[in-house]
Amino acid sequence: MKRTVRAGIPAACAMASLLLALSALPAGAERLVSSLSSHIVKITSNFTGVELTLFGTVENDQAPVPRNGYDIVVTVTGPRESAVARRKERIFGIWINARSRTFVDVPSFLEVLATRPFENIADAETLRREQVGIANISLPQQIGPDIADVIPNDQFRQAFVRIRHERQLYGEIANGVTFLTPTLYRASIFVPAEALVGNYDVDVKLFADGAAIARTSSAFELVTVGVERFIANAAVDHGLAYGVATAMMAVMTGWFASIVFRRD
Amino acid sequence: MPHSLHRLVETVEIYLPIADLPVNVFLLLGMGLAVGFISGMFGIGGGFLMTPLLIFIGISPAVAVATVSTHIAASSFTGAVAYWRRRAIDVALALMLLAGGIAGTISGVLLFTALRRLGQLDIVIGLSYLLLLVSVGAMMVAEGLRAILRARQGKPVELRRPGSHTWIHGLPLKIRFKQSKIYVSAIPVGAIGFTMGFIGAIMGIGGGFLLVPMLIYFLRVPTNVVIGTSMVLTLITMASATILHAATNHLVDAVLALVLMVGGVTGAQFGARAGQKMRSERLRLLLGILVLGVGLRFAFDLIVAPDDLYTIRTIGESP
Repeated sequence: MKRTVRAGIPAACAMASLLLALSALPAGAERLVSSLSSHIVKITSNFTGVELTLFGTVENDQAPVPRNGYDIVVTVTGPRESAVARRKERIFGIWINARSRTFVDVPSFLEVLATRPFENIADAETLRREQVGIANISLPQQIGPDIADVIPNDQFRQAFVRIRHERQLYGEIANGVTFLTPTLYRASIFVPAEALVGNYDVDVKLFADGAAIARTSSAFELVTVGVERFIANAAVDHGLAYGVATAMMAVMTGWFASIVFRRD
Repeated sequence: MPHSLHRLVETVEIYLPIADLPVNVFLLLGMGLAVGFISGMFGIGGGFLMTPLLIFIGISPAVAVATVSTHIAASSFTGAVAYWRRRAIDVALALMLLAGGIAGTISGVLLFTALRRLGQLDIVIGLSYLLLLVSVGAMMVAEGLRAILRARQGKPVELRRPGSHTWIHGLPLKIRFKQSKIYVSAIPVGAIGFTMGFIGAIMGIGGGFLLVPMLIYFLRVPTNVVIGTSMVLTLITMASATILHAATNHLVDAVLALVLMVGGVTGAQFGARAGQKMRSERLRLLLGILVLGVGLRFAFDLIVAPDDLYTIRTIGESP
């Protein structure tokens, strides 16, 4: 109760604007439907990445299509992992890692696709609230004793996003979603070979006249199959046995070569 | 046909499960063949070339070091078998070196793990390569040039003086090694083994190019048993480095190692034939230039401003 009293005026304003938005658009007028071309992606020995297609429609019972049309924002989030970003500095004439920043439980893959540049879809405040774009998605970092995200133009955060972008793991595509008809949309999601195995969430948001009005979500899973999976699992779960087996393999290969190439 | 062959070469990428990236299988086989050729030619393991090459194609230094140890274990086994058939291995000396070698490998892997946690592993690998290769390479080049100049002037090749004793021969705990016909203290033998195991684990090199001269100059091991004996030490330290790296850091990529090995052992056979046709002082000069070149390459990387000041390393998947 206390909190609502203290934040009374802004809350009332927000409520009013929400009511205004709701009255402008009949409640529950639009519903989003989406479907992925595949829900399980298998990584085999010749895996070089995969392109998934997302299809969907805006189901609209009675409301007319807004004047500026609909906008779709698709956010694909991969399994979370922690990572350290390090910055090299010149010390005694050589370049060594000096400062570092730990990113805690950040998405290993993050792709944001939209029908238009984000700033044309909604105002900055709405984009921030709806977490549209990498700058508005939380990338928690260990800063002193706290874990928090920093401002989007922080050096470490920018470098982190840039390096992941170069490896096709993070990205924003302003025209990555296309409307085939006023209500039927399509998007291509590229997942590179480097992507981690695990669950990928696909979050789809519908915007009209600068406001988010509906959302839906889907998911796919990246799984390793066959020998690669066996090897990767064995290396982590049974390190010692894996090491002994690998060393044995080396000795066998060496022994085999000495028989094949024997010259005396 | 050339078109389809080109396509085949382009598309045959294999996914390396531990390095976690796809690499062209022909590129890896080619690297294995090339390094194998050089290692057969000079009678060395070739780790000091293979590890930098793997780093250069984008495999993380840690995975490269751990995986190359497996590759060297295979090539030194092939070599050791050949020398065993010729009875050119001093088993007692090899065992004595091993006692130090295993201890060195364990300490090396422990330091490797600690440095990796501190984020300074890459720089230590780079600096160690720089210091070791530049100094050893420069010495080899100088020695090779002197030998060639002497041969030009028609002077006889300088012979070792087996009778001369150094301070090493004054150390206690002396042991007689029958096959090598030497009588030396166990202390320098263990120390040499320890050094080789230690730098092998940190740098992913078998160290044949260091061990052979050390055994000749410090312990006066005769040349006919020195290479075979050094290969036994390399085999066992590298096999144990493989096991230890796999058990502690999970960094050994078996698929990568296998492709490299197959290329390596094949290339080594052709290299050995090419090497036999060359004069030994010229061979030593060439090896020196190669070692020096790789060392300077590391110097270049450390001194020249990097393209990107930032690097990212994953420290674990969240559950």
